[in-house]
Amino acid sequence: MTDLTSLTLAEARKGLADKTFTSLELTDAHLSAIEAARVLNAFVMETPDQARDMAREADAKIAKGEGGPLAGIPLGIKDLFATKGVRTTACSKILGNFVPTYESTVTSQLWRDGAVMLGKLNNDEFAMGSANETSCFGPVGNPWRREGSNTTLVPGGSSGGSASAVAALLCMGATATDTGGSIRQPAAFTATVGIKPTYGRCSRWGIVAFASSLDQAGPIARSVRDAAMLLRSMAGHDPKDTTSVDIPVPDYEAAIGKSVKGMKIGIPKEYRLDGMPAEIEKLWGEGAAWLRSAGAELVEVSLPHTKYALPAYYIVAPAEASSNLARYDGVRYGLREQGKNIIELYENTRAEGFGAEVRRRVMIGTYVLSAGYYDAYYLRAQKVRTLIKKDFEDCFAKGVDAILTPATPSAAFGIGEKGGADPVEMYLNDIFTVTVNMAGLPGIAVPAGKDPQGLPLGLQLIGRPFEEETLFSLGEVIEQAAGRFTPARWW
Amino acid sequence: MSVDAATVRRIAHLARIAVSEDEVPHLQGELNAMLAFVEQLSEVNVEGVEPMTSVTPMQMKKRQDVVNDGDIADDIVANAPATEGHFFLVPKVVE
Repeated sequence: MTDLTSLTLAEARKGLADKTFTSLELTDAHLSAIEAARVLNAFVMETPDQARDMAREADAKIAKGEGGPLAGIPLGIKDLFATKGVRTTACSKILGNFVPTYESTVTSQLWRDGAVMLGKLNNDEFAMGSANETSCFGPVGNPWRREGSNTTLVPGGSSGGSASAVAALLCMGATATDTGGSIRQPAAFTATVGIKPTYGRCSRWGIVAFASSLDQAGPIARSVRDAAMLLRSMAGHDPKDTTSVDIPVPDYEAAIGKSVKGMKIGIPKEYRLDGMPAEIEKLWGEGAAWLRSAGAELVEVSLPHTKYALPAYYIVAPAEASSNLARYDGVRYGLREQGKNIIELYENTRAEGFGAEVRRRVMIGTYVLSAGYYDAYYLRAQKVRTLIKKDFEDCFAKGVDAILTPATPSAAFGIGEKGGADPVEMYLNDIFTVTVNMAGLPGIAVPAGKDPQGLPLGLQLIGRPFEEETLFSLGEVIEQAAGRFTPARWW
Repeated sequence: MSVDAATVRRIAHLARIAVSEDEVPHLQGELNAMLAFVEQLSEVNVEGVEPMTSVTPMQMKKRQDVVNDGDIADDIVANAPATEGHFFLVPKVVE
């Protein structure tokens, strides 16, 4: 049964319920696929024994008719989620061999619903990056390559391992996190579906913190329906995260196939950038046409502060990161480098433990929060953020149900191709996604087509707060029209 | 605004990250590239605009003032690089 890895999560759920195959068989098929795909470097820790134990447990529950919504479904977990008894590093040397004595809320809900953990997935160090090149475990390969080329491309980041593993059929779905685009950009680069829910929808408890007012967990999956199924288990109120919202979690799957007739879809004119590649422009137009033929009404909208979102993000996110990452001091966990006194111990530990990108962001964050600069940088950025959020509020107040944009300004690029000389070159990857984090809104990336070199491209839909269901309904329309995309296996 | 070499050394110390002399010029270049990029925010009129303090408009929940966790000292020190009993060990701080 070699084709068990090619099922969608929804198909696997049916097969398990019908007893066509067991979770142990499904899990073993994925474990073999992971072993054969080590060249992709998507997993930083494989947990086959635990996976088989969890699969057997799921099989027993399914046999008794007690299986949860995700019973027996093998998943990959981004290494940013604390997993009890399983090394969690955020792909940073500074966490070393940190083994949590607790489980993140999001993953505990997945296990509650019967899912099986295959292992931990690679990501950019502390989720800081857009190409998964800053991981201390090395870069991740994208299963997609340019037609006729052997060059390995990046899967995007920071959830590069999650996107690569889902696209290469190594796991049926994966957890991911998104601070500026870290779910949606890698999803777009790998022809997978990724949703960043509304801020507060998923608990942040037990997820290694990067920028607390922007971080949100979400799934990367093989289809829109699969993403809906995963989000239902991941979302929900958690008393341990004061920013998690106490409103019921809808049955997101029920939104799949719902009519989008009469919905008003905004096309923001500020997203039409100078020098935008023709294929992105074309894809965007096609997406609009698909939604129109499904009965939606397309309207041009204006989000005037769009261009300021990325610079404001590069103040707010590093500022929060510099504060969050102050805890890595070589005393309570992780790496320790000796020093003559405690200050030197801190300084040597952090110099040795943090990679170049993390050091740079912690330093910029420290600077913008330092005495004399706080008002000019941080306070101003938070005011700009209010204006960015207001742009969206004004747009939604005019009856717009969702906004359609490209997910990324380009397709995947080669390892080492970007950001070498100027870090800002890499940051521009998130130009279409970062506004959503700044405003705390939900956003989904759905595969929609390919560029002339055969690389996948995605479209993004942005919704009103807590209206993820609208995004699933609209995302399904795009998926139905565009079809699904699977990379040719070369690994 | 841009930073000079002395400022780079000062920020590194504030951030508690050891930086060697030969790393300073490179870091200075990168930090200045970032600062040049965010400079465009100065053209936004933020007169009378409130800074964002909460992403979703909601009342912050307050938990009951009760002890609901504890007795996990073993767990707390389990990952520490140096401990003695239930204490973290650090170089001498007070002479």
